[in-house]
Amino acid sequence: MAKVLSFLTATRGKGRLHWTDWVSYGYLIFGVFLMFGPVVWLLLSSFKTPNELDRFPPRFLPYAQETLVVDGYDEPLLAFVVTEGELEGQTVGQTRRAAGRSEVVSPSNPTERVRLTTDQLEPIEGIAFATENYTQLFERFNFLKFFWNSTFITVTATVLMLLFNSMAAFALSKYEFRGRTTVLLLVIGTLMIPQTVVLVPLFLIVTELGMFNSLWGVIIPGAATPTGVFLLRQYMITIPDEILDAARMDKASEWKIFWRIILPLSAPAIAVLAILAIMWRWNDFLWPLIVLTRTENFTLQLALNSFQGELQTDWPSLLAMTVLTLLPIAAVFMFLQKYIATGIASTGGK
Amino acid sequence: MLKILTPMMRIIEVPMLALQRKIGINRLAWAFLLPNLVLFGLFAFLPVILNVFYAMTGGDNVLLADRPDVGMRNFAQLLDCSNHFDPNSCREDKFWRAVWNTIWFVVLQVGFMVGFALLTALILNRDIRARGFFRSVFFFPVLLSPVVVALVWKWILQREGVLNAFLDWTGAGGINWLVDAQWAFGWSVFISVWAHMGFYTLILLAGLQAIPRDVYDAALMDRASAWRTFRRITLPLLSPTMLVVLILALIKGVQTFDEIYAFTGGGPGTATTFIIQYIYERGFAGAPRLFGLAAAASLLVAGVLVVLTLVQLRISKENADG
Repeated sequence: MAKVLSFLTATRGKGRLHWTDWVSYGYLIFGVFLMFGPVVWLLLSSFKTPNELDRFPPRFLPYAQETLVVDGYDEPLLAFVVTEGELEGQTVGQTRRAAGRSEVVSPSNPTERVRLTTDQLEPIEGIAFATENYTQLFERFNFLKFFWNSTFITVTATVLMLLFNSMAAFALSKYEFRGRTTVLLLVIGTLMIPQTVVLVPLFLIVTELGMFNSLWGVIIPGAATPTGVFLLRQYMITIPDEILDAARMDKASEWKIFWRIILPLSAPAIAVLAILAIMWRWNDFLWPLIVLTRTENFTLQLALNSFQGELQTDWPSLLAMTVLTLLPIAAVFMFLQKYIATGIASTGGK
Repeated sequence: MLKILTPMMRIIEVPMLALQRKIGINRLAWAFLLPNLVLFGLFAFLPVILNVFYAMTGGDNVLLADRPDVGMRNFAQLLDCSNHFDPNSCREDKFWRAVWNTIWFVVLQVGFMVGFALLTALILNRDIRARGFFRSVFFFPVLLSPVVVALVWKWILQREGVLNAFLDWTGAGGINWLVDAQWAFGWSVFISVWAHMGFYTLILLAGLQAIPRDVYDAALMDRASAWRTFRRITLPLLSPTMLVVLILALIKGVQTFDEIYAFTGGGPGTATTFIIQYIYERGFAGAPRLFGLAAAASLLVAGVLVVLTLVQLRISKENADG
């Protein structure tokens, strides 16, 4: 135990690597495999043909059988190499296949068809990224509709949330008024009420407001968050009051001060909150599951969940859809990961 | 974006200016607060109050006026057990199964997650090359949606998945992971730790980096052993952060639903049904919709969460003050 801890706490000296450094790097590299591996596997799998997906044991990279164009045949033929018999070593295209026997032609002699048993043939395969799984999403499912629903909810909810939360934060940080402490306590109070424990009455209110099975039923209840108010208030407090006073001398209205001075100055905090809001809304699941029950209203998350729930899981489409669902978030991650980390650490991720 | 925003803001300015002239600058604060407070009122405070009414009424009607008053009977039904440790002896056995599943899940998940987060944070806090890269590697799954997390692992764990292929190859033979109750539960804990660990690692790492270097230098001067330094310096100085992490993890753990619901659907049987799923199923998924039971169960969960949140706020305040 003491040894284990000595490596955790010791810092590396100059020059040679201590054995504890090897263990540390070993752990971290194992971490890379464990954290990225599953997602990479999903990504590679999504480019496999349905046949290849059924294959057990699976292969790491996507493969597909190559095809051969032979004179006199309109369609390309599946390519095989002959493993025994007269034509051994030759590449042939399969023209017909029935009950363990195949009829093949050689591209060098397209008029002569030869009959062989299947065990005399071995398929020629090459690495090929199949895109059918993706194109199928657009043809067979209403993918664009789900994508649009998710995007609409995310964008609208984020914009509304940023506006409302920054207005409230402005009032709570820059005005002295009676009841300010009470309002602050109320905001803290809402921190204690996660959506998960008020599902039933929330459902009633949303239904009564006519927002059941409407995207607004997801957008509006999520538009005010205590976390957002706190985050922005902490930031706005640091903006000096003198700037406001100067603007008031110039007869700027309070609203103008808010959107012309406070908002631009709070841009870093607003950016952090925007990233968080986008993430929350895009990944949201339980509340949309309750409010949106018709397929045409589904968000991507709901669509993914309902497709996998069907008796026969359609993995080819499901894999492609999963990739497309995580893609926007992965892109955000790559470009903005520094901000995300600080943002989440400062809000407690709520 | 700005092109739409600017005219919008100009339009809002007209009524706001009129209001400002009428009520003065300081009272204008309420106008700024209004949209947020209306939303908080409608979607946070009002539901809390209504929840109590739902918990005390029966039937499957969503309109409160049409619901018969049943007093405390919903709570009685939930809590009626001859032996609370044995769900089979309970009237609402599914509730107690969910309760015990949740308790076990939270204990295991929080334990493993905070343990591994601490280990990872300690390693990342060493003099590591490419620390930023490794930090974001562990953080990456935090961004994935619960459904995506569930599907990524379901694809690996399915009967003809890559894990079974590997086990076949080593000669151990495959296992139908999500069909076996204990394996399904174990994997639920695992994917939950996998998905959320990075977040807590980040907080703990920040806590570790806030410990002043000279404390360690002093320990080095005194030739304190590494173990002693860890026990006497790192752990005590990190304990406020640890406590916050622990409480946050507990609050979230109790509310676990999304990823496990998409992962196992609560099964096999009720092996991975947790308390929020119980509420969802009683209130929304099954017929008849037993809103009363769902609301009563929500209130019990809310009680636990309020206590945890108060503890958390208290600790955060002490941290900030001290």
